[in-house]
Amino acid sequence: MSEYKGIVVYCESRDGKILPISAEGLGIGKKLADNLGQEVAAIIIGDKAVAQQTIAAGADRVFLVDDANLKEYQPDAYLNVLEKVITQVKPQIIIMGQNDSGRELAPRLASRFNTVATLDCVELAVDSNSKKLLQTKPVYGGNAQAVFITETDPQIVTIRTKAFAPLALDALRKGEVVSVSAELDESKLKTKIINRVEEEVVGIKLEDAPVVVAGGRGIGSTDGFKQIDELAKLLKGAVGASRPACDNNWVSDTAQVGLTGKIIAPDVYIAVAISGSSQHMSGCSGSKTIIAINKDKEANIFRHARYGVVGDWKKVLPAFTQKLKES
Amino acid sequence: MNIIVCVKQVIDPEAPPASFSINTANNKAEMKGAAPVIDPYGEYAVEAALRLKEAVGGKIIIITMGANLLREVVKKPLAMGADELILLEDEAFANLDGWQTANTLALAIKKKGEFDLVLCGREASDTNAGQTGPVIAEILGIPCIVLARKIESNEDKVKIERVNSSGYDVIESVIPAVVTVSNEVGEPRYPTIKGIMAAKKIEPIIWKPADIGYDSGAVKQRTKLQKLYQPEHEAKCEFTEGETPEEMAVNLAVKLREAKIL
Repeated sequence: MSEYKGIVVYCESRDGKILPISAEGLGIGKKLADNLGQEVAAIIIGDKAVAQQTIAAGADRVFLVDDANLKEYQPDAYLNVLEKVITQVKPQIIIMGQNDSGRELAPRLASRFNTVATLDCVELAVDSNSKKLLQTKPVYGGNAQAVFITETDPQIVTIRTKAFAPLALDALRKGEVVSVSAELDESKLKTKIINRVEEEVVGIKLEDAPVVVAGGRGIGSTDGFKQIDELAKLLKGAVGASRPACDNNWVSDTAQVGLTGKIIAPDVYIAVAISGSSQHMSGCSGSKTIIAINKDKEANIFRHARYGVVGDWKKVLPAFTQKLKES
Repeated sequence: MNIIVCVKQVIDPEAPPASFSINTANNKAEMKGAAPVIDPYGEYAVEAALRLKEAVGGKIIIITMGANLLREVVKKPLAMGADELILLEDEAFANLDGWQTANTLALAIKKKGEFDLVLCGREASDTNAGQTGPVIAEILGIPCIVLARKIESNEDKVKIERVNSSGYDVIESVIPAVVTVSNEVGEPRYPTIKGIMAAKKIEPIIWKPADIGYDSGAVKQRTKLQKLYQPEHEAKCEFTEGETPEEMAVNLAVKLREAKIL
């Protein structure tokens, strides 16, 4: 039997609030823990104030590394701290977010425990025979899904944004907060973030927007994106884009939706002149309603769309925007 | 500056999704009617290496691993301007998991010896695992920076712009280091005629398991593929009718307002 037991969720916060993806991690973590008859614990680095929030979101226990030097994310420092915490806690399953930090910390952390991580999971379940974690993740750019089992403990996964439901917050839930010390060994810090550059977003953030209007390769120019922007503004939404549109610099890279960009799940996703490659659909297939405008009736986007217009966007979009303005 | 770039041969990820299928007998995917290609994510890494070489000089060594590697495919980085190509080509290298892949590449990198940077794509377009670069770094015990959109070399250090969800971080690192390159680095160049001619004259170096000290019995897989399948889509798109595109657009707007979707 493995000496590793229990489930931990690495929980991150911003401005004193637990990140949604961490709450989602606790949600699925709790479910798996119940199934295995084990506990789910949160690991928090730096922000003590978040401990109670993680308990409200499902954690039975919180391992807190409270160190003034760890207020700001530094990959090498956080990796070494996590390694120390995991060495002490010995969890069987580690859940992290598939976000800026998770995608670099998870594989490296796994190496340090002679195991391997599975990134970007969209489903997690317990195999009834082996009691191992069944990890489902998109592969081939979203054309297929693969189910993996990790043979070595700890089993480390990152989860895709919005793929799992958080629990309803319960402020009355009780949990234990355990302080863990993790002295930083400065000699192990080989890289350093020396500057953080925020690219300006005008209006609502893409990840938070209830409506997203996105343009693809067919838009053809920066000018074309002005029309995308006009409709987005009218609907109080955000502008998205496929990778070719970003690679051509018609729109900022931060607008990219897809496997290599942002994964979003708005109420309404309006795809204009986007063919709907699998890698793009990976980023928006969670949208409640997809509306597509494309001149090619065979375009893959129509396999995902609820409503569609087959036509040249240059003719369709202005009339569409105008009619919405009037009504 | 000596730069090693790890790139793989994959089924063409840009082929239409309709040509994608899975052979359930061997859990392998294929793109009907489309030839294999160099992984587009890896091409960004090659492009980043070429820009570094243009800026500070040096040598670019490509390492490609697999079985049945098509010469006209795997030579593309040479045609783009890389100097050397090492092929880890053997049936033993064909079905490795993420850990075994990184471990084998690390063995080859160690054998190659002198290097300042190892570049990889941010992930591969087939496995979408996103682990090869970081795990190679851990095995070699050197720093790792992921999702680079720009790499600058400054004597014994590199300065890297690392893409994140709200912009980018500027990261300084000692070398040697492993860097994974994101598509924000910019479009990979097309091979020139001159490049293609030069690539023809370069013979790839072929390393077998014994050449790099790879012992398939000693390196057990850590992940097991249980199942590979294509998710179902509910095809139920409601197309808006109309005599002209403008009329269709107006009808769509009316329909969406009525359904209270917009």
